[in-house]
Amino acid sequence: MRPMIETQDLVRHFDVSRPLIQRLLAREGRRTLRAVDGVSFDIPKGSTLSLVGESGCGKSTVARLVVGLYAPTRGRVLFDGQDLGTARADRRQRSRMQMIFQDPYASLNPRWRVEDIIAEPIRAFGLVEGRAAQRERVGALLTQVGLSALDGRKYPHEFSGGQRQRISIARALSSNPEFLVCDEPTSALDVSVQAQILNLMKELQARLGLTYLFISHNLAVVRQVSDRVGVMYLGRLVELAPAETLFTTPRHPYTRALMEAIPDLEMTGRTRIPVGGEVPSPISPPSGCAFHPRCPLANARCRAEAPAMRPAGEAQVACHAVEEGRSAA
Amino acid sequence: MSLLQVRNLRVEFPTRRGTLVALDDVSFDIAPGEVLGVVGESGAGKSMTGAAIIGLLEPPGRIAGGEILLEGRRIDNLPYERMRRIRGREIGAIFQDPLTTLNPLYTVGRQLVETMLTHLPIGPAEARERAIGWLEMVGIPAARERIDSYPHEFSGGMRQRVVIALALCAEPKLIVADEPTTALDVSIQAQVIALLKRLAREKGTAMMLVTHDMGVIAETADRVAVMYAGRIAEIGPVREVVKRANHPYSQGLMASIPPLDRRVERLAQIEGAMPRLSAIPKGCAYNPRCPRVFDRCRRERPDLMPAGATLAACWLYAPASGEGHAP
Repeated sequence: MRPMIETQDLVRHFDVSRPLIQRLLAREGRRTLRAVDGVSFDIPKGSTLSLVGESGCGKSTVARLVVGLYAPTRGRVLFDGQDLGTARADRRQRSRMQMIFQDPYASLNPRWRVEDIIAEPIRAFGLVEGRAAQRERVGALLTQVGLSALDGRKYPHEFSGGQRQRISIARALSSNPEFLVCDEPTSALDVSVQAQILNLMKELQARLGLTYLFISHNLAVVRQVSDRVGVMYLGRLVELAPAETLFTTPRHPYTRALMEAIPDLEMTGRTRIPVGGEVPSPISPPSGCAFHPRCPLANARCRAEAPAMRPAGEAQVACHAVEEGRSAA
Repeated sequence: MSLLQVRNLRVEFPTRRGTLVALDDVSFDIAPGEVLGVVGESGAGKSMTGAAIIGLLEPPGRIAGGEILLEGRRIDNLPYERMRRIRGREIGAIFQDPLTTLNPLYTVGRQLVETMLTHLPIGPAEARERAIGWLEMVGIPAARERIDSYPHEFSGGMRQRVVIALALCAEPKLIVADEPTTALDVSIQAQVIALLKRLAREKGTAMMLVTHDMGVIAETADRVAVMYAGRIAEIGPVREVVKRANHPYSQGLMASIPPLDRRVERLAQIEGAMPRLSAIPKGCAYNPRCPRVFDRCRRERPDLMPAGATLAACWLYAPASGEGHAP
């Protein structure tokens, strides 16, 4: 079966140069931020791929590229086998993909009633004709996300954060999409409410056969929802593996460092050895493997040559040390 | 004797539609060298408690009852100038966003030196040497060269280290840290937690650590207070609260944290959401969401009472109450 989404060597650069006059005075060239620098993956229909990484790793840029909010600088995105540019031009294709954002306070228009917010995609795509039928559809959507059909008459400020995120989900579902991009959908929520939303997303996937691209910085959340997980660092995928494989046998030194850094509830009293340093600037990334300045396994090759993604067991890993068997594990 | 004692603290916000009670009857102690974690969901009152202790409640919020004692002396009713001296000298504060704590117009060295000159009986040369020492202590590489840099020349993680150095440099006895790692990436967070733990141990500094992240608490705190709707729902040793919570809210909170070490098909969730301050239910504030609610919970508000190895504000633990079905 064709994957829902396939990205081929996706690249997105941003021009962050200073204005021309300042550049001339300071005698400096253009500066490019390499937000996404060669990312390839596919998402089979009905499954969830999660992208994880720290701020600035490019995961949200990938999310925006995949739904067409940004155009790629190079490479391409295939939506159900069709080039995304072509698919976006076709209203019917466009209605098959939707996005859920992080902040349920910013993503709902405060002046609109909830029923109008949810009905907007229905009207825009001309999916249901007639006011009564539209209202009925909105009621069904509200019920589907665990709210009451009567809530449609209210305004967003009358709801808590978790309820607002349910409204965002209802709006996303209103055009009967098959593919949802979820950019940190629970990071603005409290933990007990986060559990409600994650459970809801899983139920909806099982019921409607949805395909998810899930963006998160929270590895524990990712473990709960993903079939496969991609770990990003400075615009590139460093490891891509089935979720269970990634969490039981993380291979890339960065993946291991991330897992090591998470404070846990087990209270084993172990002393952590946190990975030193910080994520370098994507404007001037380090030579070779971008992780080498922080990597305990780095050698001369890592400093000179950027590693490509290579199969390692069920995973794909971009690491010279893993390829050469230098990583003990 | 406890370093910090908070007794029946009540904070109110007068509004046009009546008075909102943001904190109600909050009591706890912190011993020297002890780390007390304060957890809860947004709006539970955890940051408000920290702000009340350091005397920086946002107006129109005000302390309407109870008292706060530092080494046995009341500090909740001091004039602004006296409180300003205590802040910095005796109580250090670390906030979530390092950019709002640092003055962008001064070098980090100047900010450290001025803080020490204000609070410690030392001269400028000595203060500068100590400032370099503090920057090294919090893990800023090449501290001697970087001391004359401005805050914007540091990255987010490095800035938070500077803020920690600034909070510690006058050697306060108590640090109030409000979500000190929330704005940081997980690898930087681990570095900052390790640093705070080390400093508390080496310097014997007591700390009140406010965060919504139970993982951070489990790794750092000695005791934990779980807050809900402006009150302490449960307080006790960290291991007890994390592993064997007694209050149904703490139990629900712990259960809803997604585990990192395994996949569960369905996460435990607490139905509903925390009530707004304007609509706190009668009786126990948690009763509409509580799976073990019974009659008394809807009528009477429980105070903290012994429950296993912790104190919980829950009628399940009422001694010899006819109605309770205590475990």
